[in-house]
Amino acid sequence: MNRRMIARLIAYTLIIEVIAMLPALGISLAHQESDSVRGFLLSIGIILACCALLLLFRPRSKTFYAGEGFVTTALSWIIISLFGALPLWLSGAVANPVDCFFEIVSGFTTTGASVLSDVESLPRGILYWRSFTNWLGGMGVLVFLLAITSTQKKGEGSSLHLLRAESPGPIVGKLMPKLKQTAVILYAIYLVMSLLELIFLLAGGMPLFDSFCTVFATAGTGGVCIKNDSMMSYSPYLQTVVGIFMALFGVNFSIFYLLLTRQFARALFDEEVRAYLAVMAVSVLLITLNILPLYHTFGEALQHSFFQVASIITTTGYVTADYGLWPGFSQTILLLLMAIGACAGSTGGGYKISRLLISFKSVKKEISRMLHPRAVKAVHMNGKTLDNTVTKGVSVYTTVYCAIILLSFLLISLDNQGILTNITAVLSCTNNVGPGMDAVGPSGNYNVFSNFGKIILALDMLLGRLEFFPMLILMMPSTWKRKSLH
Amino acid sequence: MRIVIVGDGKVGFTLTEQLSKEGHDITVIDRNPELLRTLQASCDVMTVNGNGASVHILKEADIQYADLLIAATSSDEINLLTCFTAKKLGCSHTISRIRNPEYVRQLTFLKEELGLDMTINPEAAAAHEIYRLLQFPSFLQRDTFAKGRVEIVEIKMTKGCSIIGQKLSELYKTIKIKVLICAVERGNEVFIPSGDFQIQEGDKIHVTAESPKLASLLRALNIPTQKVKDVVLIGGSRIAYYLAQRLQYSGINVKIIENDYQRCQELTDLLPKALIINGDGSQKTLVEEEIQNKADVLISLLNIDEVNLVMAVFAKQLGVPISIAKIDRTEYRSVYETFGVESMINPKELICSDVLRYVRDMGNRTSGSMLTLHRMVNNQVEAMEFRAVKGTRHLGKPLKNVPFRKNILVVSIIREGRVIFPTGDDYIEAGDSVIIAANSGRPITELNHIYQ
Repeated sequence: MNRRMIARLIAYTLIIEVIAMLPALGISLAHQESDSVRGFLLSIGIILACCALLLLFRPRSKTFYAGEGFVTTALSWIIISLFGALPLWLSGAVANPVDCFFEIVSGFTTTGASVLSDVESLPRGILYWRSFTNWLGGMGVLVFLLAITSTQKKGEGSSLHLLRAESPGPIVGKLMPKLKQTAVILYAIYLVMSLLELIFLLAGGMPLFDSFCTVFATAGTGGVCIKNDSMMSYSPYLQTVVGIFMALFGVNFSIFYLLLTRQFARALFDEEVRAYLAVMAVSVLLITLNILPLYHTFGEALQHSFFQVASIITTTGYVTADYGLWPGFSQTILLLLMAIGACAGSTGGGYKISRLLISFKSVKKEISRMLHPRAVKAVHMNGKTLDNTVTKGVSVYTTVYCAIILLSFLLISLDNQGILTNITAVLSCTNNVGPGMDAVGPSGNYNVFSNFGKIILALDMLLGRLEFFPMLILMMPSTWKRKSLH
Repeated sequence: MRIVIVGDGKVGFTLTEQLSKEGHDITVIDRNPELLRTLQASCDVMTVNGNGASVHILKEADIQYADLLIAATSSDEINLLTCFTAKKLGCSHTISRIRNPEYVRQLTFLKEELGLDMTINPEAAAAHEIYRLLQFPSFLQRDTFAKGRVEIVEIKMTKGCSIIGQKLSELYKTIKIKVLICAVERGNEVFIPSGDFQIQEGDKIHVTAESPKLASLLRALNIPTQKVKDVVLIGGSRIAYYLAQRLQYSGINVKIIENDYQRCQELTDLLPKALIINGDGSQKTLVEEEIQNKADVLISLLNIDEVNLVMAVFAKQLGVPISIAKIDRTEYRSVYETFGVESMINPKELICSDVLRYVRDMGNRTSGSMLTLHRMVNNQVEAMEFRAVKGTRHLGKPLKNVPFRKNILVVSIIREGRVIFPTGDDYIEAGDSVIIAANSGRPITELNHIYQ
């Protein structure tokens, strides 16, 4: 393990975090929130001191293998979350340090779950920072690092390990020959789409500050709210704009790249996107019909149903209506969507549509093999044969996914909440959705859990955002074993 | 530059590694997904899985926007078809590997008709290299510049050499020939030496000299020379064929040991004057029998590096003065040297330099072009030849006043057919050919890069 190199990369991500904090500091200054200014300044000071300390270790060699990539990713996410929580705590906005950690992890992992009952009472600077962590965490801090640093170094393959470890999905490919170009394109698409949404929101009369925070939370499919009632108080136009953009940010970004490079056929026939849209359409239709009696018009039902489906499948977690009051059938559909999640290569979390497709295809293949034992079969996706390692990877992922969810379910049940609260809390956090059901539903929050429960859920969010393996590798003792001299 | 490389074999991989290090955007096409996965782990390139000759796959690799396609699969026919297709799809330059001797004879025809810009033949290049080494066996490596007028040769300083212990500035007093030492290899270190550098026994020096003076240089250095009369080749590969042809032409006796009977018959047809022996070239008794204190040179050209090395060491034990081994895995070169094998030939590296020169030259159409590129000392030092043009900076300025970058040496200047080994008072003029030695940290693609 090349610890010095890892330390250096973590120091770089911390510098990015400091730069990301500066706008929030500016807003605190503008609103003359002396507590949050103090909080931000202190945090920046502490982070920079740690950075300087880390940078003292000059790397002796530049060797960087897959293991280093995973460890760097996992460690940097934990560390930026810890340091990111400092302003909340130091400014005195949130008293309990565990709550601060939970809030910021929820921000960076684009979960959007909250333990605060009165969000609106938070200082503006802190609110902005909470939202901005959504935007940064959506595409990934290390991808950002790749986009701005030169890859023209030795050990070029190393950076691919970082992209792989941080980008969601079973198959991570490049759009361009160079990793840096790929990262730049991803961030460019991300930025342009965010700006578009901002323009639409401002046009609809949303206040500037609210618009920015909402864009951050939509783009990262995080759903951190600056209002106690999430999106309920905004106009139907604004809700629809946010709904459409949530759905767009849940699409694989390489599809946008294909559209930009005018490869329409490849973009439109992408199996994952088609499945994603189909699942959404069917869910919206079913829920609309199911909740029709609760609303005055079909249009209103459709609007709420679309918003909720888009919000849950992309794992954003915004709400326009308290779906806790909806019929059981609609709630069950939402629960299932929670577990499925968005497309691979998007900012959304969850199990991912492409994994679901691959799993189903593998099952179909195996069943057909039982009927025709000598059949030679392969799993295809988008007209290409999938490598055995991909299908195997998906089944291993599924196992880990279920195991982690079950284990956390067991652990947080120590807090003596209802079973529905517990299972939806775990599902929601692991899939980076945000709200769950019952006590953690749209009208409740995660404060019902003890500190222990909150830490477990925060870890679930990190596990889910990084797709388990980087965090698991970090926890393996063999990763840290040094070569013994005897 | 956008480059598409088809075929991730030995040559393909070396080119990919080198060109991606020089900052080009590379897409690699290969049929084997396993190979591509390994490649992705070590190089920052994009990969496409499939047959490079198919339009569909080439389009997936964005061939229409590519500046260069290099076809380096093991099949000449696929390479040719790939280049042809790529050119039709809008790729501006194509390089194809062609190594079948039957096609090599019609190279100009193929180049013209299929629009190839360059063909590469690692086996022929290796044969050519070995042949040139055998002309002066005391040189471990020979690289020519300025259309053969100037050479950089590698010489090992054995005991009794006249210049051991001398400073470079006093070199001319001893050997009375104008030469310039552009790199010295000592152990694992490489120096681009200055005037007060002292030569030690065991150093490998890279000397620039005019080609006609090479023989007298050896005499002045007091290095024994060996005339080559009998050569034994182990393995009847394509390299063996190309080499035997050249050797026979200059009247050297060639003996080829080849295990495959059918190949032996083919070789007898192709090389009627050579003695072809059917047998296992790595069998001790057979080799002993065939060498019998007669061979001057043993060259092992089998496909397994290890066997080639063992044969080279064994030949030394038998008292064969010169032994050369073909090796494919260059990363262990320093290990091999500890076995006492000094002359090693690596076909893919020879080709790699040629392609690199072509690519770097493509990058600078405006200023003086790169005429030659040779890489020395395990690719740590590059010697390049450029044409100085009007746009070159510091023309006519004495070299001692010119701000050169670190680790750059102007090895020689060729002006109107005269070779100048420059001192501080010499200068570069437009129209000169300039030979530069540099360590290969930052690639130099034009003459202006040597200045600060």
